[in-house]
Amino acid sequence: MREITTSWGRVTHAEHEVLRPSNREAPLPVAAGISRYLPRGAGRSYGDVGLNADGALWDMAALDRFIGFDDVTGVVRCEAGMRLAALLAIAVPRRWFPPVTPGTKEVTLGGAVANDVHGKNHHVAGTFGRHVRRFALARADGERMVCAPDENPELFAATIGGLGLTGAIIWIELQLRRIPGPWLEVETIPFGSLGEFFALSRASDASHEHTVAWIDAMTPGAPGVFSRANHVPGEDGRIRARGLRLCATAPFNLVRRPALHAFHAAVRARHARRRTARRHYDGFFYPLDGLADWNRLYGPAGFFQYQCALPASAGPEAARAVLDEVARSGECCALGVLKMFGDLPSPGLLSFPMAGPTLALDFPNCGARSQALFDRLDSIVRAAGGRLYPAKDARMAGDFFRQSYPGWRELARRADPAISSNFWRRTTEGAQG
Amino acid sequence: MRRVLAIGATSAIAGAVLRLMAAKGDSLYLVGRNARQLDAIAADLRIRGADFVGHETMDVNDTAAHGAMIARAEATLDGLDLAFIAHGTLPDQRECEDSAERTLAELATNALSTIALLTPLASRFEARRAGCIAVITSVAGDRGRASNYVYGAAKAALGVFLGGLRQRLHGAGVAVVTIKPGFVDTPMTARFSKGPLWTKPENLAPAILRAIERRKDVIYVPCFWFWIMLAIRALPEAVFKRIKL
Repeated sequence: MREITTSWGRVTHAEHEVLRPSNREAPLPVAAGISRYLPRGAGRSYGDVGLNADGALWDMAALDRFIGFDDVTGVVRCEAGMRLAALLAIAVPRRWFPPVTPGTKEVTLGGAVANDVHGKNHHVAGTFGRHVRRFALARADGERMVCAPDENPELFAATIGGLGLTGAIIWIELQLRRIPGPWLEVETIPFGSLGEFFALSRASDASHEHTVAWIDAMTPGAPGVFSRANHVPGEDGRIRARGLRLCATAPFNLVRRPALHAFHAAVRARHARRRTARRHYDGFFYPLDGLADWNRLYGPAGFFQYQCALPASAGPEAARAVLDEVARSGECCALGVLKMFGDLPSPGLLSFPMAGPTLALDFPNCGARSQALFDRLDSIVRAAGGRLYPAKDARMAGDFFRQSYPGWRELARRADPAISSNFWRRTTEGAQG
Repeated sequence: MRRVLAIGATSAIAGAVLRLMAAKGDSLYLVGRNARQLDAIAADLRIRGADFVGHETMDVNDTAAHGAMIARAEATLDGLDLAFIAHGTLPDQRECEDSAERTLAELATNALSTIALLTPLASRFEARRAGCIAVITSVAGDRGRASNYVYGAAKAALGVFLGGLRQRLHGAGVAVVTIKPGFVDTPMTARFSKGPLWTKPENLAPAILRAIERRKDVIYVPCFWFWIMLAIRALPEAVFKRIKL
């Protein structure tokens, strides 16, 4: 079935043959006349790591069954197309939680491995890949193997953060973490400068499992609100069965300057004073899931997220330079998130996080103006020795990718020759070997 | 907590409904053709909260096996509150046009096998004067269309049979629920291109379960199909035969 697919940023579209494996024991389906394939999870990557123009996608959504769940040890094994939301629904009442969670529960577990996602607890838990005990990998030629740190270790490392290029992950065995209940005690602290942010973050690293900051990148100095949280005991609360859904794409971009200034001012006013509140995990970790398909707010042109990781030494200065550049540019930055990554290594070959600050900034797609800004940000990030997150990227230059992810050559060697993606071709074509 | 016999348990729509039942702690007895798939589904449903999950393999066209299967399900679950029939195939209409044998085989799978199952089930529920029978049919059964009238004819036959059964069992306090899904994106319909009318099974499942719990008679899922089919049924045949659907 040929379908036009887009990714979360809605900037790039591609036409694919879409194949839907539904039996975890059957070989991956292939289609006549198709020479390149790519596994796809929930399509929540922003750029083109999940697109494969003129090729086929294996839509893994139907592979979403539990295989085993050990209440005592918190080891869960499930098919890779399962969404985090489904895992949460089963795990939380048993007082287990994903060891690492991104800011949406609509990603698949396979996608979480393939992009080696991180969360607000990176400073204590590292990336998702650190908690994967083993997984089954299927290759296009029908070969199938189990990968673990001590079993096919090279493929294990290449697949974590491997952007789906090594094969389709069929099932995953994951170590969950204990929680006392579904609630968190969340402290929110306003800050007026990056210096304050770094001090707060340092002071919270040892005392809080989850730390993150919202920043207003359109205001010089980047004021913001720092959140830090720990799990606390409590009864299961009712979570909203279904939030709102944006059922159509806005005819034009609704994320515009006056609305954003008002929004940023409102957030800052709401958090004008430090306070502590008990919050349900759903609202704390997944605020944007309350408005499904929120990416449609940006209209037909879509949006970009610019997420960089900066090394600890040069990071604070570089983060400041990035934010100065954004404020100076006058571009609309709808959402800014700032977090300090810790130094726990990932088992993955192409993992994004490095010890130091990470900045994630959302911008409506304003064509050449956006690209010019991103190019200027790139030069700051490059000079500082930082890198961009492939899961969010739709435009970085190939040489930047290859320079900042030296593991790419090893990934190219381990990749399934029948698998490719728009991202991979864009960043490595002509440079192979 | 219900005791549910689910026939065609590996179908995508049944799968989505069974997950909701599992979350409510129901006891389930799954019947399908593929043993390995049933194993995988049963393990999944147990983790999702089902109180008990048993299963057996059976081809619904093997009508001689029906009685023993129903007896085993009843014995295993220690009674039955709901029989949920969801199996089906989507015939290749063109293939059927060239082969009476193919046509009859499709009618057997999509109508006769279900009618064969309903016969002992109805008597069993009638005798115990309680319970519910729910069957997945299709909007395709509301009117014959050139593109899939073999499938439509099978589902129409089922619809009439279920209507009669509902009337017969009403006095005995047994509900008969006819569920008519519209276009659902499942492995059965993988070869069709999907427009805005298409729905995912997990979006239908809550409405199906609600209809079963409220012992509805006939429901369309999603509900807007009621209006679409009302319009389609209202077209005079003289007009209908000239349009392509």
